[in-house]
Amino acid sequence: MKIHEYQGKELFKKHQIKIPVGIPAFSIEEALKAYDLLDSDIVAIKAQIHAGGRGKGGGVKIAKNKDEAENHIRNILGMKLVTHQTGPKGKKVERLYIESGVNIKQEYYAAITLDRNTEMDVFMVSTEGGVEIEKVASESPEKIIKIWVDPLVGIKQFQLRKLAFGLGISGTAFKEAIDTFSKMYDCYQKNDASLLEINPLVLTTDNHIVALDSKFNFDSNGLFRQSDIREMRDLSEEDEMEIEASKYSLNYIKLDGNVGCMVNGAGLAMATMDIIKLAGGEPANFLDVGGTASAETVKNGFRIILSDKNVKSILINIFGGIVRCDLVAKGVVQAVKELGLNVPVVVRLQGTNAEKAKKLLAESDLSIIPADGMKDAAEKAVKVAIKKD
Amino acid sequence: MSILVNKNSKIVVQGITGSEGDIHTRQMLEYGTNIVAGVTPGKGGQSVIDGNIKVYNSVEESVSVAGANTAIIFVPPPFAAEAILESSYAGIELIVCITEGVPIHDMVKVKQIIKQNGTRLVGPNCPGIITVDECKLGIMPGFICKKGNIGVVSKSGTLTYEAIDQLVNAGLGQTTAIGIGGDPIIGTSMRECLELFEKDAETDGIVIVGEIGGQMEIEAAYWAKENMSKPIAGFIAGQTAPPGKRMGHAGAIVSGGNDTAEEKIKILTECGISVSESVADIGSLMKSLMN
Repeated sequence: MKIHEYQGKELFKKHQIKIPVGIPAFSIEEALKAYDLLDSDIVAIKAQIHAGGRGKGGGVKIAKNKDEAENHIRNILGMKLVTHQTGPKGKKVERLYIESGVNIKQEYYAAITLDRNTEMDVFMVSTEGGVEIEKVASESPEKIIKIWVDPLVGIKQFQLRKLAFGLGISGTAFKEAIDTFSKMYDCYQKNDASLLEINPLVLTTDNHIVALDSKFNFDSNGLFRQSDIREMRDLSEEDEMEIEASKYSLNYIKLDGNVGCMVNGAGLAMATMDIIKLAGGEPANFLDVGGTASAETVKNGFRIILSDKNVKSILINIFGGIVRCDLVAKGVVQAVKELGLNVPVVVRLQGTNAEKAKKLLAESDLSIIPADGMKDAAEKAVKVAIKKD
Repeated sequence: MSILVNKNSKIVVQGITGSEGDIHTRQMLEYGTNIVAGVTPGKGGQSVIDGNIKVYNSVEESVSVAGANTAIIFVPPPFAAEAILESSYAGIELIVCITEGVPIHDMVKVKQIIKQNGTRLVGPNCPGIITVDECKLGIMPGFICKKGNIGVVSKSGTLTYEAIDQLVNAGLGQTTAIGIGGDPIIGTSMRECLELFEKDAETDGIVIVGEIGGQMEIEAAYWAKENMSKPIAGFIAGQTAPPGKRMGHAGAIVSGGNDTAEEKIKILTECGISVSESVADIGSLMKSLMN
């Protein structure tokens, strides 16, 4: 789960990480009021969307007086912000963050995330702040300083010093940098974050270390114990159908093709998408219905898949282990009848009671196309999708 | 022979009185698995599963009284990490954690501790292990397997069953099949499974089933290139997965570098592993490598 910059900064405040004064705003009036309240010579007007690259897309502007501020506020609020992370459709800006400007002497990059290879958290800093870190990593990896945190020991002073020395920070700011890094790790740990990124973290002209941005990812498995974070969830940033699917414990991701699929198990679901492509089609979605595939589950699955108007055929691929195929078949027949489906459905059931299931499908008077094996199923689903087009 | 578990493994079920624990303990017993105890704190002294299995208050007790040396975990996610540690400190040699949804921060700590204690963990978020006709430790459907000479290691559940089913249809049986789990941090890696299969006298060929995300398949491939004498058939799921999206499994996400299906297939192939482009050809590919 992701949150907005201003929400991340609320977390920073809680963990005593220094940030400029700022106020979130949801309307033009609120934004103008926030501007007055800040009473600052320079103010940043920042679009609050979950994607990165907001500045380049025109979603972050600096204002030196109220007229400029009002102009930016009116332009940014409600705009379709397109960045390299939003895709070409962009994302509508519904929230703003109005923030006091600071005088910057130096910009840095700082982030903590899980390193899957060492199975430890890695803390990375770089003097190349304010730019895309992926670019730094590929072009000049030596400019990224890393330390790995032993989870049983926690982050140690010598490691924090390595980060601060690595950035060339000295004098009174050195202590403040170490303090900031330590608090960042604390914030990352205590909130079940899987990513905490500050880009840029800056050294101000009066020698303070201040976080100008915040980016978080949270481990969804840890959210059960993070009620504060759960409340920050912004559903308008997520795909409507993915949210709808999650209500029925279905795992759905929309794609661009026209062959819908419904599968039990995430690995098999991915493999089903792949084989649709191999058969010359394009998958319309990823849909894992989980360990149980009852009539109710199948019905909800159909509804979710068919909410995508591109879908021209549906492939159901169930490997019955614990699940009995004949029960799944009954569920499919019932769901097709109840929903009055007019999209062709190809069904491949393998495993427990597969023969019984095939018979059930064959005897139904519905246009359900039975298939043997995944290859046959994918080819049939792609063929009928093309015909329908 | 076989790897990790056999008919002599003495198994304790953690969370045996929960609904999942109950269903799967029955199915494991039906398969012939040697379950010697169950653990649910506060329910010690009861007998469950139609009076056949004794429940203890702690894993430690199940070890000292019932002689358990292998544990399987069916407890809910908030308590799963603690359950792993309890077994590790009680001296259990092999722990299989079926639970899906264990927080990453918990697993980061658990992984370091079990390393220090010398415990082997399989999972979490996995279907478990089957040594055919001897021991089913987990939730895999036992009836799809046939005894034979192929080892199977996979990150996924139903995709493993698919692979096993194809092997059987191609006339190949299995020694042991392991679902290692789809989380970012898991107990036993693909490489470790290859090492075990390479040493196992009964295993003559191995199927590995991987997916997008992480470097585990690549690490296994580089190791296999230098060390494996037995043929390997591979498959990587997620060729059509969009980047940055989590595909069901917590660890199945393309997040940059060489963790895409395409890149993994390329490296596996360079390391001498035959990779099936289509999921439908895993069984026939293994068959052709065995001839």
